[in-house]
Amino acid sequence: MNHLLSVNDLSKEAAISLLTTARELGVVSEGGHKKLPTLRGRSVVNLFFEDSTRTRISFESAAKRLSADVINFSAKGSSVSKGESLKDTAQTLQAMGADAVVIRHGASGAAQRLADSGWISASVINAGDGTHEHPTQALLDAFTIAEKLEISNFEFTGLRVGIVGDILHSRVARSNVLLLQKLGAQVTLIAPPTLIPVGVHSWGVDVNFDFDSAVGNLDVVMMLRIQSERMNELFFPSAREYSRSYGLDKLRLDRMTARSIVMHPGPMNRGLEISADSADSQKSVVLSQVTNGVLVRMAVLYQLLSGASSL
Amino acid sequence: MSYLIKAATLSDGAVVDILIADGKIARVAPDIQESNSQIIEASGLRALSGLVDLHTHLREPGREDSETIASGSLAAVRGGYTALSAMANTSPVADTAGVVEQVFRLGQAAGLCDVFPIGAVTQGLLGEQLAEIGAMATSSAKVRIFSDDGKCVSNALVMRRALEYVKSFNGIIAQHAQEPTLTVDAQMNEGEISSRLGLKGWPAIAEEAIIARDILLAEHVGSRLHICHLTTAGGVELVRWAKSRGINVTAEVTPHHLLLTDESVLGYDAVFKVNPPLRTEADVHALRAGLADGTIDIVATDHAPHPSEDKDCEWQAAAFGMLGLETALSVLVSTMVETQLLDWAHLERVMSHNPARIAGYESHGHPISEGKTANLILVDPLAKRVIDRNKMASKSRNTPYDGLTLPAVVTHTFFNGALVHEVDRGAAK
Repeated sequence: MNHLLSVNDLSKEAAISLLTTARELGVVSEGGHKKLPTLRGRSVVNLFFEDSTRTRISFESAAKRLSADVINFSAKGSSVSKGESLKDTAQTLQAMGADAVVIRHGASGAAQRLADSGWISASVINAGDGTHEHPTQALLDAFTIAEKLEISNFEFTGLRVGIVGDILHSRVARSNVLLLQKLGAQVTLIAPPTLIPVGVHSWGVDVNFDFDSAVGNLDVVMMLRIQSERMNELFFPSAREYSRSYGLDKLRLDRMTARSIVMHPGPMNRGLEISADSADSQKSVVLSQVTNGVLVRMAVLYQLLSGASSL
Repeated sequence: MSYLIKAATLSDGAVVDILIADGKIARVAPDIQESNSQIIEASGLRALSGLVDLHTHLREPGREDSETIASGSLAAVRGGYTALSAMANTSPVADTAGVVEQVFRLGQAAGLCDVFPIGAVTQGLLGEQLAEIGAMATSSAKVRIFSDDGKCVSNALVMRRALEYVKSFNGIIAQHAQEPTLTVDAQMNEGEISSRLGLKGWPAIAEEAIIARDILLAEHVGSRLHICHLTTAGGVELVRWAKSRGINVTAEVTPHHLLLTDESVLGYDAVFKVNPPLRTEADVHALRAGLADGTIDIVATDHAPHPSEDKDCEWQAAAFGMLGLETALSVLVSTMVETQLLDWAHLERVMSHNPARIAGYESHGHPISEGKTANLILVDPLAKRVIDRNKMASKSRNTPYDGLTLPAVVTHTFFNGALVHEVDRGAAK
């Protein structure tokens, strides 16, 4: 594996190997070794064409805990807005000797372009490209599910996961569908029909337009961030109507099964897709997702840059 | 200069000699003896009337970095075209007599083929006010085709008026069928692949809704409608229905929509970004069937050069369009002739005769026969070539076929009796 552009780059075994490495890294950290020397002298560039403080500091923290040098390159104003082109930016990073480039970009496919174009020889890690994929988010979500539901071998057969919200525009949803299915879970997409992608029948998922009928039968309820401006594009009539039909409020939270968990990739719109009750409940694993994000990203950097598949 | 073409095979299979003199086809007969002409051995070569393109973006005036009328003309004759129709979306837009006359004259100055300008339907392609269609029609360029191509004349009243207005000189409106409200920021065909790739979809219905509306408008006002670059199975059905009702509609298909599908987009290589977008396998089959059964009248290239910086970038940032002039005939031989969907006579009709008749290009698109203007080509149907983006006559390199081996090589192109293109046949094999 030279790049991580899509969950499709990972076989089931490779995904489990990454998750296992992440768990081992967690054990080492808890043992008091917060910083490992593994990537000393290697440089990791965080190339962010979109603002995302959370994802950037998660990758930065992961790289630093492996002793890599980190360069943050905030390149807002990509060629999409006719600034410097992706190609020129990439060649600049190449000239500076980057070993890995973590890219967040508003255009779907930008990470793959960077990896395939021949502009650069570094490993490319997709930290979210447009409405396409966000593979490390899916990995950290799978890690968190396994941790909270005590599935130590990452075999998710029989697990029922509902992904709720703006599936159409969500890279988190696309990557999660791919990875959860790879691990054996049964995925249900829950959204108004306007926010379900065309051709979803080929994804091998269930689709349910009615959150109330689904919520009591799920082991994992994964809420997606909804942009309230979507109503201006006629995807739903109003933020309040969306919230009433697809928000995770106290009533729906109370109908969830005893062991089930609530996830959210953040940042949350409290009061819109998730109520404060739900966000702060015992079922919410949102902060564990943040913690695990660093471990999973350490595992990705470790495997890509050291070439080793385990510690 | 006169030329004697020996033992060429006409599209109907007859093997003949063809004598070209004084710009005309002087004789067509089995065995012509003539000593003062340059002899061209054409045994095994097909002789076809020169190809006619009704949909070419030549970028001049305005974007001479991506193509000029001269470079586009050279690409044309290499591809076997003796007549081009320059689309109006230049800068400035070809919406006045001055611009269309300039384009026409630049074509004559290049001297390799005829370049007939297409006039804009509306001022600035904005879809609001009619351009001075009459002035363009009566200019020295004698414009007959009007199109806002690249943009759709989406306002139904504007489209109705345009269809009616051109009736006075038997003009035709060529519509780029794309309902704009259904295709805001659209990037590729809407379907399973766009959903997987996270690229905003351009649904087939956005094309079909406009085709359906325009067919009914054309029937209502009794005008001629031409539908540019048909891409969907549903669109083919609509045109078939319109023709069965006797509505005066013609339709074109591009070579790339006959060969490529939206699966080409999977690697996000923007060379495959084109408008209308590459569709599905089922659409490709429907287009081929439509061309074979006469529902689709012509092949048009939609040759759309772009500089590399507009393609060598993120998909979303890239320009729409691909080269077509130098590869069109090869793609048609590959998709339609070798598959036995079309014979050579039918191929000659859809690439030469029919477009010339639709546009009224009188010196083009006639069967090869005595007395006609000598616009004709010779084609080696058995030769193969590997397409190389760096060896294009076009100033741009955005061919989607780079590295692909395609059949048929245009060995000679005659324009008004002059030999304007010839390949070294030893090298072509």
